Amino acid sequence: MMVAEALALSAVLFTIGVVGVLTRRNAIIIFMCVELMLNAVNLSFVAFSRMYGATGQVFVVFVMTVAAAEAAVGLAIIISIFRHRQTVDLKNINLLKG
Amino acid sequence: MLLLQEAAAAGAHPLSGSIAEWIWLVPVFPLIGFLINGLLSLRTAAHIGPKDPTAHHAHHDHAHDDAHGHADGHGHDHPAVHPYAGIASLVGPAVLFASFALTAAIFLALSGAHAETPFIKTLFSWMPAGNLAINAAFQVDQLSMVMTMVITGVGSLIHVFSVGYMKEDPGYPRYFAYLNLFVFFMLVLVLGANYPMLFVGWEGVGLCSYLLIGFWFSEKANADAGKKAFIVNRIGDFGFLVAMFLLFSNLGALDFAGVNATASQLSPLVVTAICLFMFLGCAGKSAQIPLYVWLPDAMAGPTPVSALIHAATMVTAGVYLVARSSVLFSMSPVASLTVAFVGAITALFAATIGLKQWDIKKVLAYSTVSQLGYMFIGVGVGAYAAGVFHLVTHAFFKALLFLGSGSVIYAMHQAYHHTGNHDDAQDMRNMGGLRQFMPVTFALMWIATLAIAGIPPFAGFFSKDEILGAVFARTHGSTLADATWLGIPGSALLYAIYAIGLVSALLTAIYMTRMMLYTFHGPNRTGDKERSHLREAPWVMTGPLAVLGVLSLAGGWLNLPTFFPAGPVQALHHWLEPVTGAAALRITNGAEAHLEHSTEYILVGLAIAIAVIGITIAVTRLKPAALVSKSQSPASEGIERVLEHKYFVDEAYDAAVVQPLVGVSRTVLWKGMDVGLIDGLMVNGSSYLARGIGWVGARLQSGQVGTYAWVLIIGVLGVLGAFTLR
Amino acid sequence: MAAFLQSIGYNSLILPALLIIPTVGALLVWLHGATLKGADEAAQEAGAMMARRLTFAILLLEFILSAGLWWSFDASSAAYQATIDWPWISAWGARFALGIDGLSLMMVLLTTFLMPLAVLGGWTSVRHKVHAYHVLMLLLTMGMLGVFVARDLFLFYVMWEVMLIPMYFIVGIWGGERRIYASIKFFIYTMVGSLLMLIAIVYLGWQAGLLEGKPNFAYEAVMALPEFRPMVAFWLFAAFFVAFAVKVPMFPFHTWLPDAHVEAPTAGSVILAGILLKLGTYGFLRLAVPLFPGIALHPTVRAVIIALSVIGVIYGSLVALVQPDFKKLVAYSSVAHLGMVMLGIFAMTRESVQGALMVMIGHGVSTGALFFLIGMMYERKHSRIIADYGGIAKVVPIYATLLTIVALSSIGLPGTNGFIGEFLVMVGAFKTVPVMTTVSALGVILAAAYLLWALQRILYNTLDKPANAHLTDLNWREIGLLAPLLFLIIWMGVYPKPVLSRMEASVGKFVQEVEAKAAAQSVTLNAPGGN
Repeated sequence: MMVAEALALSAVLFTIGVVGVLTRRNAIIIFMCVELMLNAVNLSFVAFSRMYGATGQVFVVFVMTVAAAEAAVGLAIIISIFRHRQTVDLKNINLLKG
Repeated sequence: MLLLQEAAAAGAHPLSGSIAEWIWLVPVFPLIGFLINGLLSLRTAAHIGPKDPTAHHAHHDHAHDDAHGHADGHGHDHPAVHPYAGIASLVGPAVLFASFALTAAIFLALSGAHAETPFIKTLFSWMPAGNLAINAAFQVDQLSMVMTMVITGVGSLIHVFSVGYMKEDPGYPRYFAYLNLFVFFMLVLVLGANYPMLFVGWEGVGLCSYLLIGFWFSEKANADAGKKAFIVNRIGDFGFLVAMFLLFSNLGALDFAGVNATASQLSPLVVTAICLFMFLGCAGKSAQIPLYVWLPDAMAGPTPVSALIHAATMVTAGVYLVARSSVLFSMSPVASLTVAFVGAITALFAATIGLKQWDIKKVLAYSTVSQLGYMFIGVGVGAYAAGVFHLVTHAFFKALLFLGSGSVIYAMHQAYHHTGNHDDAQDMRNMGGLRQFMPVTFALMWIATLAIAGIPPFAGFFSKDEILGAVFARTHGSTLADATWLGIPGSALLYAIYAIGLVSALLTAIYMTRMMLYTFHGPNRTGDKERSHLREAPWVMTGPLAVLGVLSLAGGWLNLPTFFPAGPVQALHHWLEPVTGAAALRITNGAEAHLEHSTEYILVGLAIAIAVIGITIAVTRLKPAALVSKSQSPASEGIERVLEHKYFVDEAYDAAVVQPLVGVSRTVLWKGMDVGLIDGLMVNGSSYLARGIGWVGARLQSGQVGTYAWVLIIGVLGVLGAFTLR
Repeated sequence: MAAFLQSIGYNSLILPALLIIPTVGALLVWLHGATLKGADEAAQEAGAMMARRLTFAILLLEFILSAGLWWSFDASSAAYQATIDWPWISAWGARFALGIDGLSLMMVLLTTFLMPLAVLGGWTSVRHKVHAYHVLMLLLTMGMLGVFVARDLFLFYVMWEVMLIPMYFIVGIWGGERRIYASIKFFIYTMVGSLLMLIAIVYLGWQAGLLEGKPNFAYEAVMALPEFRPMVAFWLFAAFFVAFAVKVPMFPFHTWLPDAHVEAPTAGSVILAGILLKLGTYGFLRLAVPLFPGIALHPTVRAVIIALSVIGVIYGSLVALVQPDFKKLVAYSSVAHLGMVMLGIFAMTRESVQGALMVMIGHGVSTGALFFLIGMMYERKHSRIIADYGGIAKVVPIYATLLTIVALSSIGLPGTNGFIGEFLVMVGAFKTVPVMTTVSALGVILAAAYLLWALQRILYNTLDKPANAHLTDLNWREIGLLAPLLFLIIWMGVYPKPVLSRMEASVGKFVQEVEAKAAAQSVTLNAPGGN
């Protein structure tokens, strides 16, 4: 039924995303990795929906909507940071430092 | 119409409906005077706006203090007469005359009515709260009317004198405003029908005293003296307040009628406490040990003020209070003996200081303290009429002495003013031989001196003798004699008081004669240039002096002794009987306290002998001719130095009370407790603690999103691991 | 007058109107300020003047409206009057319930009386962000009145916090040099206390609404609660106590006051001393004591509170004695005066509680006037340090006269308002706590000492600083501002009966109920196991 395979793929994609977020310093790449993680989750939702009904697919639509909004806001932030600092390297962005 | 209704409500008092209904106008007249003069002084003061504020030293008195050594002479050239001086000199005395006239009318109505109970005129309900119901009410009775007569009568004379004395002062309307306000409060004090009303006047006169002592406030010494007077008085007021609290919590009443009616319910301990606290108030207001220190300093005020407030009226308020509360005091022999004993000690103590003072007003100030002590001996031993009698005669002769000294100082100051001299115009060493320049003042002041020294037939002889006789009479067969006071038998204490009274009388005769000798006799020490400018004061000043002279001469007729063959024997005594008679009888166990005539003759002879001896000692031992002016006098030594510095009591108070209080407040309470402990340790300490915790927490916040993500992942893995392994 | 007010339905509308008018006014002033954005300097200046006038007019209207309460108030009744009870947040059981009685009437009038004067007092000294300042003043008015007229614990708490915030900004923005420190200290001090109170209020609300399944914050419901276990009652009382004691401020919670006073602008000081402090003592009268009479009158608790009050009287006076800064001196004198109020409340006799209310009013008027006078001199010389003056009575005689009168009323001279309150407190308190009252009477001496000494160093002595020779005397605006205060000082000293009679019934009921409840509860307090 391909559920196990789909879940395995999802796990791989998610791990790639996590590793990307943790290791890369470029904000755009990190952002893409976050999207990757979202899509990995979407994949597992779809896979599970085969077993447990359509609720999972509803969630996917939700996640995609949120992801779209997040992409818009996130990119906007990145652009405005770039305008201020001429860089999107996270090493230099520590506004939250206590 | 309204008046008639109230009269009906007051019951069938013989005075209701009479002129006594208008008693409230008596204090209101001076109040009106205060308002007019106050507005005058404010209005002009606001417009004058002195460009050079230090130029206003055109006054006559100086506190004879090193502080005034600075060059302030240029102000003497053109005394700035106030633009509204004319209105002020009209309004100021006129309101007093109006009050005096009305008082005299009410006095006559009272003497015709033979009222056994006080007539009370209630104006409105003042402080109704809970069980407390205090009315704004005036009380017309024999005691309050005697006091009112003295206040308005002597007050009028002093107001007239002031017209001459203060005319050239730039603060002239302000002076009359304060003086009128003082009379208003003094009248409220003696006319008030309950203790809180009395207290209003009590504090009010203290306020006016404060304002008038510090009238020339530009010199620190004067402002200091005013403040000292107010604060020392407040210490006494504390006692008065506590006495009122005790009365209210035990009797539920604070009006004289209510207290007198229910006083018998009080336990002996409570009544003693009430009387002692009340006497603390009297000691403050009437300058008795230990609170007398303010009165000598109060001489920094204008001299007529010293005459009115610090001799004739305000300082006798304590005596009035004891007489007014005679019912309470007579119930407590211990408190009465305390009053008498403190009075005696004060009389002696102040008299010794008076022996070595050089400032003419300081001599009179200590003399006042001493005479007040006499009055307290009188009211302390239950001879309330005698105490009040001495109060009245003292008002006459001491006002005369002060005004006379004012006239002298005025003359001295005018002379110095003409020559630009800056010597001390109040120091007797700078005077001498003034009798040829001011014969009227000279003669009148000798009358007053003989009166205070106790030479018959002058007023002081009768009143002083009355008091000493009363002390002697109570050494046997009175509640005082039977009581013990701090382990001393009452009769022994009374003998001691009598002896102290005699010694004080001797000293009084000596220091008063000394003052007269140094001022008016011997060679003149003012200096050659100044001598030609010495003049007698104008009639507006000598006129009141003459009236007071007559009163000092004849005041004794108010209350002639019992052995006197003719005349109104014991008139004041009988007059006051409705107010103080019952209390006086309680002290003497119900019997009229009269001595055998033979004993009385001996006592009188002794008193006269003492006075004569005193004067003789002074005349023979003192050498006015040997005096040199103040600037050339050597500093005194030994016991003289101690006396001249008033036993260093001021210094002792300063070191023992004032400095520690201020020091502890500043270093321990403020810097230590407030700023250090509460603010430093607790308040800011807690903020530092919070900040410290925050600083530690902040170290975890690197601001690197990557770090946060690592922490997050590790956390998630940890949680997942924990779940899996469970 | 009363009949006329009755005929126009005054009583049914006045209290909400008093809260709504300043709120709407604040909105108006804010909108007016918003229209000026970007305007040139002259227009800004004119707009600022408009803001002052508008605010003054609104507060004056507020005062005139509230003045009707003086006549419409039925002095013979101890019940809440002019009541309204509107639903508000029904899910939480909070209602918009208002009313006044003899305890709060005078406080409401004092507030509406002082606020227009406070605006006048800042007429020339507040120069930047004028609109914001006046918006805050109006909101502050609303908050303070809300506390006084609330009949619902939740509303009380909301209003309590509402008035905190404008005051925080007034001190923090228009204050002196250390304004930030002072305002934060003020805020945190008050906040700590009021959060504890919030917990107690929520607890009480739930207890009162136990049967309905939702809280009930109405005063009547809370007051009618059966008594709590002693420990619970103690902690609830403690929560209220801290909130109110900070506000009063009682020793040793008083250290925010000198800082706040010194840094606050004139109007801020006036409001702080004149009204805000009274909210603390009012809280004791309205909530803390009647809710937990058994605790409040428990011998130990009562002894501690009275001891703290008397310490406040003496300590405040002594520390005031040595202050070099006149504003700080007056601030510490407030600690002493409010100690006297607390003594009056906890002595719990009719005379002393009435006296406490009189001191509250009297202190509001006198100390308000004192701060105005200090502010006026500060505007001229920019110094509050006493040593910078000396001898100025010659230059500014009217100022000197007024300052002397006001200081004397603060000293408690008979014939002024100060005396009536202090005398009643002490004469009443002497019946229950004689020794402590005697000690507090010593404050009478100290009050004279610190104020007269300060007066001497400011007004009298030699005028030795040349710069002071050119000070200008008060102008008509300033005299006009002080005139009503002086009138009250004398009137309440000479004829306080109308004021006293309006609080008589409520105070009588207060004392009687608290004593009765305390007597009933003291039995359980001492019973083994404590219920």
